[in-house]
Amino acid sequence: MSRRELRATDLLLVAAGGAVGALLRWAVDTAAPDTLFPWPTLAINVVGAFALGLLPALAVVRRSRRVALSVGPGLLGGFTTVSAWAGQVRDLADSGEVGLAGLYLAATLAAGLGAAALAQRIAHRPEPDGALE
Amino acid sequence: MTALLVALGAAAGAPLRYALALALDGRFPAGMLLVNALGSGLFGLFAALSLGDAGWALLGVGFCGGFTSFSSFAVQTVERSGRAATAYVVATTVLSVGACALGWVLGSRLG
Repeated sequence: MSRRELRATDLLLVAAGGAVGALLRWAVDTAAPDTLFPWPTLAINVVGAFALGLLPALAVVRRSRRVALSVGPGLLGGFTTVSAWAGQVRDLADSGEVGLAGLYLAATLAAGLGAAALAQRIAHRPEPDGALE
Repeated sequence: MTALLVALGAAAGAPLRYALALALDGRFPAGMLLVNALGSGLFGLFAALSLGDAGWALLGVGFCGGFTSFSSFAVQTVERSGRAATAYVVATTVLSVGACALGWVLGSRLG
């Protein structure tokens, strides 16, 4: 079995997870107060990057490829977004807030990559009892 | 209604991203890079076209939001080291913001 094999069921799992993730993102965006600095998207991307980095630590994700697909590229892929990030950077710069645009761009990168790195360190820490593998 | 459109858009965007990443990602995640740049370009285009609430929910928030993924980008970056990681971060940032600006300009002329 090739790693590159594209299966219809996998696509359906990613589609379902992605729909739920996008709904969550939309709900957060709708519920959050309207501010010039796009805090909701920043928070969504940082939390999503942390969660995706942490996934390999969860036994249920290691056991089930279907769970891994629907939660990873599905739920968390649909929850987080690069397009809104790029759009908000463009919007801020276009409306004359160039400094804020740069700050938002850098803050997302620093916090998002930092969160993913931290989660990965936690996830790849050796199991104390070694029983899960 | 808006919620349904967001879900529908993402249900198309997310599997499309998965298929492209599966086909094109290797030692360098060219598939995700393409997805994030293309999705950001479309996002800029759709934003400039003033699609209305329903169209924006389906195409902007749903499709482009579900198609692109920051979490995959972040995890792929920390899985790599040195120059590959730096190149991936710079390429994703420059191409996504650049494509978004280009899409906006294009959409402003069309719309």
